Amino acid sequence: MDAYVYLKIFWFLILGILLMGLAIMVGMDMGVGTLMRFVGKTDGERREALNIVGPHWDGNQVWFILGGGAIFAAFPTLYATSFSVFYIVMILLLFSMIMRPVAFEYRSKVPSHRWRDSWDWVFLISGALPMIVYGAAMGNILEGVGFHFGWDGQYYQTESFIWYLLNPFAVLCGVLSLSLAIYQGGTMLMIRGSGALYDRARNYASVGGIVALVIFLIGGFMVSGMKGFQLVSGDPGMPANPVSGQTVTLANGAWMANYAAHPILWLVPLLGLAGMILGVLALRANKPTLGWWMGAVAWIGVIGAVGTSMFPFLMPSTSNPDQSITVWNGTGSEYNLVWMTIFGLIFLPIIISYTTWCFRVMRGKVAAPDTQDDHAY
Amino acid sequence: MDMLINPTVVELSRLQFALTALYHFLFVPLTLGMTFILATMETVYVITGKQIYKEMTQFWGKLFGINFALGVATGLTMEFEFGTNWSMYSHFVGDIFGTPLAIEGLMAFFMESTFVGVMFFGWDRISRKAHLVVTYLVALGSNLSALWILIANGFMQDPRGGTFDPNTMRMQFSSFIDLIFNPDAQAKFVHTSIAGFVTGSMFVMGVSAYYMLTNKRKDLALRSFRIATLFGVISSIGVITLGDALGYIDGQKQPTKLAAMEAIWNTDYNTVSASWNLIAIPSRSEQKNLFEVSIPYILTPLLTHSETTVIPGIIQLEQEAKPKIANGIKAMIALKEYNLDHSNTQALATFKQYENDMGYGFLAMQFAPDQDLKKIDATNLPSVLDKTAKDTIPNVWVEFWAFRLMVAAGFFMLALFAFAAYFSLKNEIEKHPALLKLAMWSIPLPWVACEFGWITAENGRQPWTVFGWLPTFVSASTHSVGYMVFSLIGFTLLYSSFIAAELYLMFKYARLGPQDDHHGHGSAPAGGGMAGQPVFAKPSMDRK
Repeated sequence: MDAYVYLKIFWFLILGILLMGLAIMVGMDMGVGTLMRFVGKTDGERREALNIVGPHWDGNQVWFILGGGAIFAAFPTLYATSFSVFYIVMILLLFSMIMRPVAFEYRSKVPSHRWRDSWDWVFLISGALPMIVYGAAMGNILEGVGFHFGWDGQYYQTESFIWYLLNPFAVLCGVLSLSLAIYQGGTMLMIRGSGALYDRARNYASVGGIVALVIFLIGGFMVSGMKGFQLVSGDPGMPANPVSGQTVTLANGAWMANYAAHPILWLVPLLGLAGMILGVLALRANKPTLGWWMGAVAWIGVIGAVGTSMFPFLMPSTSNPDQSITVWNGTGSEYNLVWMTIFGLIFLPIIISYTTWCFRVMRGKVAAPDTQDDHAY
Repeated sequence: MDMLINPTVVELSRLQFALTALYHFLFVPLTLGMTFILATMETVYVITGKQIYKEMTQFWGKLFGINFALGVATGLTMEFEFGTNWSMYSHFVGDIFGTPLAIEGLMAFFMESTFVGVMFFGWDRISRKAHLVVTYLVALGSNLSALWILIANGFMQDPRGGTFDPNTMRMQFSSFIDLIFNPDAQAKFVHTSIAGFVTGSMFVMGVSAYYMLTNKRKDLALRSFRIATLFGVISSIGVITLGDALGYIDGQKQPTKLAAMEAIWNTDYNTVSASWNLIAIPSRSEQKNLFEVSIPYILTPLLTHSETTVIPGIIQLEQEAKPKIANGIKAMIALKEYNLDHSNTQALATFKQYENDMGYGFLAMQFAPDQDLKKIDATNLPSVLDKTAKDTIPNVWVEFWAFRLMVAAGFFMLALFAFAAYFSLKNEIEKHPALLKLAMWSIPLPWVACEFGWITAENGRQPWTVFGWLPTFVSASTHSVGYMVFSLIGFTLLYSSFIAAELYLMFKYARLGPQDDHHGHGSAPAGGGMAGQPVFAKPSMDRK
């Protein structure tokens, strides 16, 4: 295999890591946003909840932006096509993502009850909706999407958004993603919160973990039976152009082919299951930090399982399967991937170190701020 | 391209992008400038140990925070919109345009966003010096962020560092050095960053003037005012100098933009006496200015920094485009044939011959019979060439006036900063309430200049998204009108309520001002179940 193929595989793994980082870190904030109205009965408790993620939500949100930028650069055609084909849900996701920073900054700046309660609804919607969309989009991609390309690389959509929004499997994936976010947000509330907030967060997080576990098992059976895609021919080193160059067939159970070929890959979904089970047990034993890490493991297992099933597919097409976007035809050029790799290798360790430093500086339990204290969220 | 995108969808996509970009750009300049002003104030605090400078940093930091949140939020839209609304663009240049955006996230935005939390909440958790470093990192991060975004924008203005590959049907990244050292990007980065400093200076100066006029915390207002005026004088001079350099660079690469900016229809070969239009009413249909006030002898040195360079007029530029369009048509026909059959080496050879003009072939599609370039023959070719040539010129009226409003605002601000700095240094500023009032009422001016600057740069780039390579109407996603109406209504509702909330909070906190009352309890109750105490109770940022 030539260097270009290794680079393509490397960037597929990076894509996976970004999606996992996004799910763990942003999912945690979204989970807190979703839970805030339920774990916080008083304004003080709600502010306590907000300030638990207060110093970090902005940095976490950058995972999302970085994910977008990396997909744009490393998988230009995937970025162009998936964002456009999923237009309505992407716009809804975007609206949620832009409402949230504003809610953080503005909510506690005015003491009126109506003002704050309105922003609390914004937190609920902008926390729950993106997680559902995130999961549903993954579900849709597993099922295949109705699109194909013109000769020049412009996409054409052949499926209305109602279908991909409302099909049962996609909704199930959306609920899975939301449950894991609630679990992750709940554990964070336990780590830095106390009193009644801690107890309520523990209950919601446990329910989130159990629901996620059940759905993950059901979803797994559904995937093993559904129509999957299989690459019949296509040179991994091909120029990145999905218009022509590969042959694809559809077959029931095709998403299980990679597991059948390499049984060791079963460890990936098992990791997800183990994370969920051990996580819930850790919360019952009042070990929220351990629980948080188990939640991270659960996300890694779930997203890893999807990636393992689909490899090398990134976004299969139902209306012209040969034009499915794969790791082989969907990446940037070799030159670009080399530069992206260099920058990634230099800056990711730097980012991880200063993010860790910031978390350490701001660690510790959070108390509810005074009503008039507007120096906290 | 089998069928062109519905023109209404293209127009709505452009409208949405323009509105969201202009809106985002309301928050960016203040972030760019304020971070360095905050860092300066905090530096004075760390060096002298005077508490007032800490208070200043924290007070202006609060106003900065209100603005910062919306900058981050609306920046997300920009990154999404390339994918959601400009799929062909993203496919065509993502390999090279996406890279600076990704690096921006890695190198700059992550840093800025991570440290901003510690900057707001970490005052008593880390040492003074460490906190100062954090503030500088936020400032550095926001400005590096602008650098990478403008490197990406530089590629749209003057595509360097990428080559078209007929096998992948896109421009591929070929030279990192050419991409980042693009002269357009370099000049525009400095111009934009400094424009941010002007914005921050005007904001701090104007709000401080208000405190002086209303006798609020004069100690703090006088000091802030002075720092802002000094920042303002230096940065106004810088922004004008770099703006001139940018105009010069753009003029060489995009003569159509330059001609439209100055409303020059006919080439004047007498470079010495050529006159510069101060005011003009350009008419596209008549290809002349219906009315103009112009000054002879200054056009050539002003625009080309020489006495002898001829500036081509719009009419000449249209004629010069015609051979490129004819070549472009041949290139696109050959490219399509090659893409339908990769063994057609003849088509590939033809394409290679005319490759550099392929963008003009794209541009001609909209005027070809049935939008099919193959149906162009000897009889309809002249009319296609004519219409396409006219389409290579941006909207002259918009370009001419957007540019002039920006420049006028810039020079006015320079004068204002100069007077304000003079009186501030002489400790006489309080004796000039008229000047203070003018400073206060001029707060919106830098925003006017920034927005019109963006319009000048991006309207002048039309009809292209990537100058000379990809027309705007080809770049859009193939959405339905319904999709676009949905998102436009959503953006309008969301963004209007955001700006209302932002202005409400900005006015509220700016009016309230920095408080020297450390207790503040017992003042007028604000109403509501949880209220009864003033919101602004403690000037420090320590958390309970």
